Amino acid sequence: MYAALWNFLPGPPWARALLCAGLGIILLAVCFEYVFPWLSDYMPFNDTTVGE
Amino acid sequence: MVAGVVGVFGELLVTVGVLLGLFVVWQLWWTDVEGARAQDQIVADMGWEEPEDEGPEVAVATEHREDPPVPDAPPSGETFAQLYVPRWGEDYLKPIAEGTDKATVLDTIGIGHYEGTGMPGELGNFATAAHRTTYGKPYNKVHELKQQDALVVRTEDTWYVYKVTESEIVLPENIEVISPVPGIKPGEPLPELTERYITLTTCHPMFSAAERYIVYGTLDYWAPVSEGTPKELLEEG
Repeated sequence: MYAALWNFLPGPPWARALLCAGLGIILLAVCFEYVFPWLSDYMPFNDTTVGE
Repeated sequence: MVAGVVGVFGELLVTVGVLLGLFVVWQLWWTDVEGARAQDQIVADMGWEEPEDEGPEVAVATEHREDPPVPDAPPSGETFAQLYVPRWGEDYLKPIAEGTDKATVLDTIGIGHYEGTGMPGELGNFATAAHRTTYGKPYNKVHELKQQDALVVRTEDTWYVYKVTESEIVLPENIEVISPVPGIKPGEPLPELTERYITLTTCHPMFSAAERYIVYGTLDYWAPVSEGTPKELLEEG
């Protein structure tokens, strides 16, 4: 999977490495901004209130 | 071919593992960084005149023990008060908003006031909730509170100085902790209200939701903000 990605990216190895890092950062940002906040609503350890 | 499939499967597993690790980093660290910053900004945006807390000229608020002014309950999600807790550091200051909705109040503003419970200064119980870990963790050091520690609630014009009376650990369904007289279960007859309580509820143990840590206090005195700063908030010496 990652080998295929590496082969798919254009340019010399340093450019590919840079692109990989960029993709990684984008993935991280999407996770922190959207995916994790959504996921945390389903986690049981954040409740602080009493009641149902 | 089989080796290829297994290889991709392995890479997927590694990726999921890394993402789960990142989720933990986000939940335990990043929400806290973001939450603390957002809560400081909310306090700043409220724009209330800061109390003087040092210098020789500082006015110490007179302790009023007659019936205090009671604010009207604000609409859900509105920030209407601030909490100072000297035991948690002289810089401790967090906003309090109406309601205990997780997304709009507890995760973002900080401390939530259970809707329908008493307002600050009211006969009954001013009941609040906040995170103990993550999201700015307003009630992180709740276990450090001792009897007679001050819990100072401020509305724009009034100080309400509560003193801690006791704490306990209960199960999440024990809603009698936020009853107008703590401990009176739903359905039981309420005695005549004579005391002004405050209740803090948060999770226990830390990083779990199995139980709730509860701290109770009662109103000691109140004072108009214009008359000075409560002595509990003044710096020592």
